[in-house]
Amino acid sequence: MRALAEMLSAGDVTSVELVQHYLDQIQSTDQDIKAFLHVDREGALQAAQAADERRKAGTPLSPWDGIPIAVKDNICTVGMPTTCASRMLKDYYSPFDAEVVTRIKGAGLPILGKTNLDEFAMGSSTEYSAYQITHNPHDLTRVPGGSSGGSAAAVAAGLCPWGLGTDTGGSIRQPAAFCGVVGLKPTFGRVSRWGLVALASSMDQIGPMGRTVEDVEILFSLIAGYDQRDSTSCPDSGYEFGNESLGTLAGIRLGIPEEFFGEGLSPEVAARVREAVRRMEDLGAEVRPISLPHSAYSIDTYLTLVTAEASSNLARYDGVRYGLRVEADDAVSMFKQTRTKGFGPEVKRRIMLGTYVLTASHHAAYYEQARRVRTLITQDVESAFEEVDVVVTPTTPSTAFRIGEKQDPLQMYLSDSYTAIANLAGIPALTLPCGKDKLGLPIGIQLMADHFREDVLFWVGRMLERSLKEADSSGRI
Amino acid sequence: MGEYKIRIGLEIHVELATKTKIFCGCAAAFGAPPNSLCCPTCLGLPGSLPVLNRAAVEFGVRAALALNCTVNLYSEFARKNYFYPDLPKAFQITQHDKPLAVNGKVQYYLEDQPVETVITRLHLEEEAGKSIHSGDSIVGSEYTSVDYNRAGIPLIEIVTAPDITSPAQAKAFLEQLRLILQYAQVSDCKMENGSLRCDANISLHGESGQNGEKVEIKNLNSFRALERALAYEAKRQAKILEQGGVILPETRTWDERAQKTVRMRLKAGAPDYRYFPEPDLPPLELDEAWVEEIRAALPELPLAREERYRSALGLTAYDAGVLVRAPHLAQVFEETVALGHEPQLVANWVTGEYARFARQGSTVSGKVLGELLELIAEGAISASQGKTVLEEMFTNGVSPREFVAAKGLTVIADREVLQSMVEEVLQNHQELVKRYLEGEERLLGFFVGQVMQATKGQAEPRLVNKLLVKALTEGRNWQPREE
Ligand SMILES: [Zn+2]
Repeated sequence: MRALAEMLSAGDVTSVELVQHYLDQIQSTDQDIKAFLHVDREGALQAAQAADERRKAGTPLSPWDGIPIAVKDNICTVGMPTTCASRMLKDYYSPFDAEVVTRIKGAGLPILGKTNLDEFAMGSSTEYSAYQITHNPHDLTRVPGGSSGGSAAAVAAGLCPWGLGTDTGGSIRQPAAFCGVVGLKPTFGRVSRWGLVALASSMDQIGPMGRTVEDVEILFSLIAGYDQRDSTSCPDSGYEFGNESLGTLAGIRLGIPEEFFGEGLSPEVAARVREAVRRMEDLGAEVRPISLPHSAYSIDTYLTLVTAEASSNLARYDGVRYGLRVEADDAVSMFKQTRTKGFGPEVKRRIMLGTYVLTASHHAAYYEQARRVRTLITQDVESAFEEVDVVVTPTTPSTAFRIGEKQDPLQMYLSDSYTAIANLAGIPALTLPCGKDKLGLPIGIQLMADHFREDVLFWVGRMLERSLKEADSSGRI
Repeated sequence: MGEYKIRIGLEIHVELATKTKIFCGCAAAFGAPPNSLCCPTCLGLPGSLPVLNRAAVEFGVRAALALNCTVNLYSEFARKNYFYPDLPKAFQITQHDKPLAVNGKVQYYLEDQPVETVITRLHLEEEAGKSIHSGDSIVGSEYTSVDYNRAGIPLIEIVTAPDITSPAQAKAFLEQLRLILQYAQVSDCKMENGSLRCDANISLHGESGQNGEKVEIKNLNSFRALERALAYEAKRQAKILEQGGVILPETRTWDERAQKTVRMRLKAGAPDYRYFPEPDLPPLELDEAWVEEIRAALPELPLAREERYRSALGLTAYDAGVLVRAPHLAQVFEETVALGHEPQLVANWVTGEYARFARQGSTVSGKVLGELLELIAEGAISASQGKTVLEEMFTNGVSPREFVAAKGLTVIADREVLQSMVEEVLQNHQELVKRYLEGEERLLGFFVGQVMQATKGQAEPRLVNKLLVKALTEGRNWQPREE
């Protein structure tokens, strides 16, 4: 991205040319990938033209002024639909921009369009979109992961230089891993949720996705920061990009939780991740085995809490004020028929599960219990960070699966086995590619750090990335 | 029905008089065009988030302190989930197991006896919008219109212990509660606008153990409705119990037209609200010093004021009660007394003539009333002239001193002038004088009236009185003067 910024700055390329390039790519390739739900040709070109004029006048909004971006379609944008890939919000136009959209517009980034997702971000394959299935650019018969599968596939296929995703239990990291790109789930409270259509408010975070750790770091620096409209936003959340010193990993303590390398993990994934750990060790990092004893319960805990919060967050889609309305004889029938028609099966499944776990007679056994386990998991993580700086795990148990392969919802939920813990504990987590399996499908490695220590993740991530690249060009991978 | 003890508990909702709503910056106002005071947050649009209004917390704390509650320095917001068109998010942000305040009490009088009611809890929540059905209810209406201006106005919910023992006490309690909240300046508490709403629950307990379940009554839109509905319900339940019947836990509604309660639903079918902590709002943690600041700034409350009026200012119990129950009168009373006027005299004016004129809607400040009392005290005008001037002050907003000067009002206190008028009046009514002298003493009032009339009310009445009595007694053998 720095190269692009320099070219723009030098006048070697214009923002209009850049945007046109990506629009052409979308035009020629996206019929196969199906990453975009909406492409805003005119809007993006207009924004690019404005960026070029600012460059000419010597008043760019930021070093990245004019570099376009794609935005996941559960993030509100004025002038474009925000559908959450649901029939419920077909043709819904938000009257306001999400805070992150205000911020990227403020940095001069033209928005190419809105990317596909599992309906209301509920899913791990982007197959649950009400409109289209997104395909993995590395193998079109396979899923890109989800729910931010549209943004991941678009970045991987070169349809945009970077994109925004959202992550509630792994929805940035899992598709990034499947598509061979870099993605960050920031610390809860560091990126404003104003304008993010809620799935589970206590875990949702918007995050950057890109081709390199540096690109993700740059985009993170644009979107992070306190926002008074989000009561869970933390003061002093801003992040300054510009950390040049690469040096070594001396002094970095890596924790390897054995719980994440057990049953259910593909041997190929395990091998690549362990190899990456050895590389980091070679760069000077100290490697320690650690234990996160309650992590085995993270997926059940996550599912209980996410469905509970989702059942409440999605109750507002009742046909009264906006979105789909199925006319009926009375209001109650209208609610029922609107929700029956507007929501897909996975959304209904989660709403029913969430309603069940909150019902008075089950509240204590499920919801309260899950809250208690969440506290235990958070304590595990906190004590781990007393011993180590970064916890290293695979991002996913396997590489991208085939479209239609996972029919059992429980199997699908297990895709988030390694990622949900960061959402439960509110800590930042980065995924970056660390090789491929024998089918040529990307494998991701996940780095987790303590609250607000994204800087450590970027440092370690960049070092590992460079080491892998050098090895790749010397033919060792 | 005498053998049953009645237990009544009340659940009261009060709209707080903050300038803006509880979770967004929209104006919290009554009477604006439908849906003109709304934003993404109070409409519950996708992607919107709540931000707690500090003023709403302050008002809530003030209310809690005025009701002698313990304010919890740590409380939590929760979601109460249910579907209704006027509930934009399909959940209400409220407080559930960790409310803002607990353990309060209200002291008040019932037929001059001091009584007390325990406040179990007080919590903050948001108001819903307003549904207007084309038919009687949402079920079966052809259409329903919704106004979201009200959605998000801050509310406090106050729950009492079931220690109220009669419908009359329930009414007295609610009146006192309203007064306290008005004094604490947290709400205008207008039942007619819905800024004060009350649900009641009532159960009957017989000596031999034939207890009835708790029945909840909704739609109590006035103090009278509260009292009547409870009285109706107590009678209805007693009759069922006497006949060996069973009272089921249920929710009933007060039918104002039919003057009776009607079943809405049995509690067995009550909705499950699926409460859970509101993840979009952090717990509400209050600074103890801030709470103490609010406590210190709490205005004088009704009970303390009534006590002060009676003991320190020496007002009659009746006047003290009237003033305390009418805060706008009490304010004028205070202002006027502060200028140095004698409290009971001011109270007479304020609860009498002043209150009568004030009923028409306009007001006169204590400063201006003080000016009038000064004129009377100086003897510049008589008290009866004062009443005329006060009326002018209310209807035309005149300044008393300027008005008196402009109209040339003065008190005729000239003994000689009045003496001749007195004599003239007696001269003209010799027959009545005779009757007076024979013992019909109430005729004195008539003579005074005649003199006052003759002077267009400008005579100093006490002097007229004195001169008349003197003239009449001296003239027990009074003879008409020779022409
Ligand atoms: Zn609003």
